[in-house]
Amino acid sequence: MSSWFRVTAAVATKDIVIEVRSKTAILSALVFAALVLVIFNFARDASLVSASVLAPSVLWITFAFAGMIALNRGFNLEKENGALEGLLLAPVPRSAIFAGKLLSNLAFVGMVEAVALPLFVLFFNVSVWRILPGLLGLIVLATVGFVAVGTVFSAMTVRTRFSELMLPMLLLPFMVPPLIGAVQTTTRLFDGRPLSEMIGWLRILALYDLVFVTLCVLIFPAVVDE
Amino acid sequence: MTPPPDAPLLVAEGLTRTFGHTRAVAGVDVTVSAGDLVAVFGPNGAGKTTLLRMLGGLVRPTAGRVRVRGRDLRSGDPTVRRPIGLLSHQSFLYDDLTPLENLTFTARVYGSANPGALAHEALVGVGLEDRAHDPVRALSRGMVQRVALARALLADPDLLLLDEPFTGLDAPASRRIREVLVQRRQAGRGAVVVSHQFAEVWDIASHMLVMMEGGVIMRESPPPDLSVFMAQYEGLLRE
Amino acid sequence: MNASLNGSRTTIRWGLALTILGLAALVTIYVMALAYTPLEVRQGAAQKIFYIHVPAAWSAMVAFTLVGVVSILYLWLRDERLDAFAASSAEVGLVFSVVILTTGPIWGKPVWGTWWTWDARLTLTLILFLLFLGYMTLRSAVHDPAERARFSAVVGIMGMVLVPFIHMSVYLFRTLHPKPIVLKPSTPSLPPDMLRTLLAGFAASTVLYLGFVTVRYGLARYELARRQEAD
Repeated sequence: MSSWFRVTAAVATKDIVIEVRSKTAILSALVFAALVLVIFNFARDASLVSASVLAPSVLWITFAFAGMIALNRGFNLEKENGALEGLLLAPVPRSAIFAGKLLSNLAFVGMVEAVALPLFVLFFNVSVWRILPGLLGLIVLATVGFVAVGTVFSAMTVRTRFSELMLPMLLLPFMVPPLIGAVQTTTRLFDGRPLSEMIGWLRILALYDLVFVTLCVLIFPAVVDE
Repeated sequence: MTPPPDAPLLVAEGLTRTFGHTRAVAGVDVTVSAGDLVAVFGPNGAGKTTLLRMLGGLVRPTAGRVRVRGRDLRSGDPTVRRPIGLLSHQSFLYDDLTPLENLTFTARVYGSANPGALAHEALVGVGLEDRAHDPVRALSRGMVQRVALARALLADPDLLLLDEPFTGLDAPASRRIREVLVQRRQAGRGAVVVSHQFAEVWDIASHMLVMMEGGVIMRESPPPDLSVFMAQYEGLLRE
Repeated sequence: MNASLNGSRTTIRWGLALTILGLAALVTIYVMALAYTPLEVRQGAAQKIFYIHVPAAWSAMVAFTLVGVVSILYLWLRDERLDAFAASSAEVGLVFSVVILTTGPIWGKPVWGTWWTWDARLTLTLILFLLFLGYMTLRSAVHDPAERARFSAVVGIMGMVLVPFIHMSVYLFRTLHPKPIVLKPSTPSLPPDMLRTLLAGFAASTVLYLGFVTVRYGLARYELARRQEAD
């Protein structure tokens, strides 16, 4: 068991060190997030549609697309010199490799979200202080599920043609339940609605995370084992 | 369950890899015992690399079985792979990390008690301790290959699988690989070498296999005289 | 090897028979719906597409569920015929969902005044369409057949697990945002003659789906068998 955690930690730390050094995905994701927020702000007619109505959708679309940019790099670095095969040869379980990748992907998407959120607060002039704990919890809950699915898919798409196009194409249907739940809950959070109005969505999000993280751990070996 | 000490390192029976109508490997048997060096030759597309990858557990056989130290490679227990090391033409290294970081990572994954020290020792072993802190991206191809070799030997594998190890190497680098192979034979380790360069392995191999179109068409132990073999091989290729 | 060629020819023949049967059934449903089923009080003639659309959407979902189940079998048994079947089911499902997504709006615009409604059926069919499209695009982007089969199976299984979550999300959304009555095409309890036509619609759609898949699968087997002979 301790070897499982050791491998997971080693893979995750290695990924983070590489990304901190090369900065490829993080920078592009951040620039993308900033662009999306700016464009949304200019694209709407402020007199017709108030920012607060659009805000939850804009926030989550930003997270979703910037997140996908960050996800793409996850297995790209393993492709360069066939490093993934080196990991597959090792006497360690596939699930530990997957968990390590999932953790590092969560760290990156989380990093992008951590920068995009203040930008969002700034551009849209919304106040999030009193709802911050709930909002953060929701962000974690909604992100875990689609990052797990994205990790499995990116392991496949790096080996295909048009990989930058394939990942969003495969992943988008899977982002529908978490995004609907996240936007609905965020809207209610901003409006100060009681928890009882959000509990239905939160349940779906939690179930989605549980089911898909488990499924992804089980199905990952089928992706990497020839 | 510890197998008897004189049991072979690896026994592969009836290895087959097919999909639909494509047959990469068909019914191949390989046995590697302590001190063996099995050289595998054959034209391109003969299935040599697929065979090697099946021996290493990277590719699942459609039929047949690989047993390493008596344990089935597909048993689901990852520790079965511990005795295996593989040196491919890809380096398995991360370009943004230094050789030391790369080897420390490998050592950590393999469960070494002191990964940093083991990594450093391995780099000294291939004479690269002065480049230990430069990113792999900055190293020459020959140096990268040395780091890759250090990586393959890091966990002290009983069985080393090598896929075209001499391709693109200069004379000193080839010599280094040959030394490693000879040492391994003397130490009672095993190796399987897939190669086009007959001359490099001919005099140090204990067994020789020729593959064509997925099957083994020639098998000699010890390998016969090289010029005799070359004549036979040319003849086989023409058929 | 000749046996495989003959086997696939037989499969195609059965498939064509089923397809013709299905098409005949489809025509029957049209007639039944238009002539022999009462008009629905609130929606009038507009509601009649319901007898074909609901079953067709159902068939698209069955198609995907089959892709998922057969994918699980493939990962377990690694028989390439299972992969061929899954791919056939996905292709047919893709066609079904495209038909639903194009005829629905074309039909709905003059009747409901809007091209698109986010009702449960259309939304689910749209998601299924995207899943089918992703599945087929992935297949075309992977060169090695074993890898293609493996990756397709993974997407198939994940997609099958996704569908209930789409249902849940759409259902929860609709209970919180009830649609106006006029856009609610299906009612929970149906008078017997409407139910009869609807069930007949299900039967026709299923037969048609089975027919298409059988033909497609037969063609795939034929291709495989011919390539094997060529070697």
